[in-house]
Amino acid sequence: MAEPRVRVPSTARQGEVIEIKTLLSHPMETGHRRDVYGKLIPRQIIHTFTCTYNGTEVFRADWYPAVAANPYLAFFTVATESGRLRFEWIDDEGTIYATEADITVV
Amino acid sequence: MPLRPTLPWCRATPVHSLSLWERVGVKVAALPAPTQWRRRGLLCRLSVCLWAALLALDVARAGEPLPYSVAERRSGYTYLSEENQQLQDDDFANPGLLWVERGRELWQQIDGTAGTSCTRCHGDAATSMRGVRPRYPRFDPQSGKLMNLEQQINRCRAEHMHTSSYPYESEALLALTTFVAFQSRGLPIDVRIDGPAQPFFAAGQALYAQRRGQLDLACIHCHDLYAGQRLRGDVISQGQINGFPIYRHTWQTLGSTHRMFAWCNTSVRSEPYPLGSDDYVNLELFVAWRGRGLPVETPAVRR
Repeated sequence: MAEPRVRVPSTARQGEVIEIKTLLSHPMETGHRRDVYGKLIPRQIIHTFTCTYNGTEVFRADWYPAVAANPYLAFFTVATESGRLRFEWIDDEGTIYATEADITVV
Repeated sequence: MPLRPTLPWCRATPVHSLSLWERVGVKVAALPAPTQWRRRGLLCRLSVCLWAALLALDVARAGEPLPYSVAERRSGYTYLSEENQQLQDDDFANPGLLWVERGRELWQQIDGTAGTSCTRCHGDAATSMRGVRPRYPRFDPQSGKLMNLEQQINRCRAEHMHTSSYPYESEALLALTTFVAFQSRGLPIDVRIDGPAQPFFAAGQALYAQRRGQLDLACIHCHDLYAGQRLRGDVISQGQINGFPIYRHTWQTLGSTHRMFAWCNTSVRSEPYPLGSDDYVNLELFVAWRGRGLPVETPAVRR
């Protein structure tokens, strides 16, 4: 499916609180549903989301089966220095969806 | 301090409304007593008049047509909660845009033995595909029946790209359909129902009015007679299809018009037709015409 989508302001002032929006295409299978044969569909959700800013972790979230498919997440952080934000989503199959975004602090 | 008279408007003058008047430069407190009472009464009545005028303005504004409705036809958007409307309007948060992006990739991807891609023939979709979605389903002289957008995409794949058809409701077909329809966002639905399309339109109209299933309901019963009223926890919409394919929260994914038809059929406990069947394409034409003039909203967000 499509790449993860992130929206980070391209430039920010030093110390400014910036909003980061993320959206990822993922089925987020809860593990509670059954298929047409009555067999339990195994759980397949993203359980961890992390955001690192120039290598330092600034945001982390643990997710559970109640999170809907194609999860959207918005959060805030402080623009400290120019550099790269890295976003990672890890699911039950061990797949890591990752993307990066650059920010310039003026 | 003289006793205040017992005239109703003087008693009713709230302190805060007077202070508002004083804030805009009307001096009352400094006036001699009888003049002050008269002035207070006057200002009070003036306040009431102003509020009434504002209220009337508000009522008049509410009577204006909504941007998502034409005459008595209302898009499903107008039945959404404010949060869902915002989700649809935000091109970042709207999950349907994920399929648009995937469709954009497929548009450029070379596929089939002819070694071509959509973009080789059609070029930039933003110009070549604008205005396509509002015209579908349309009559196809080659097969002698109606054809919807999904079928047109598969026809192109078979005839010009020499490759396999995408199965109906597959992620790839949904993505490409959504991408093509997305280019016409905001254009009014404008399908042809005259000429060769007429008998198919009539068939679709008949299907729309035909009772079916254990609940013995036709589309018309919910979506015409009881639109706007509640069905359990939900408000019944008019069942317009101008936003399709839609991202539906119930499905947690994107779905086509035919999936929605099948869902509706199952809900009244009737056997749905196969997706992409002639019956559903006929119905699609009738329902599209029923919402003529409504803007294309693809990819819309619905409950």
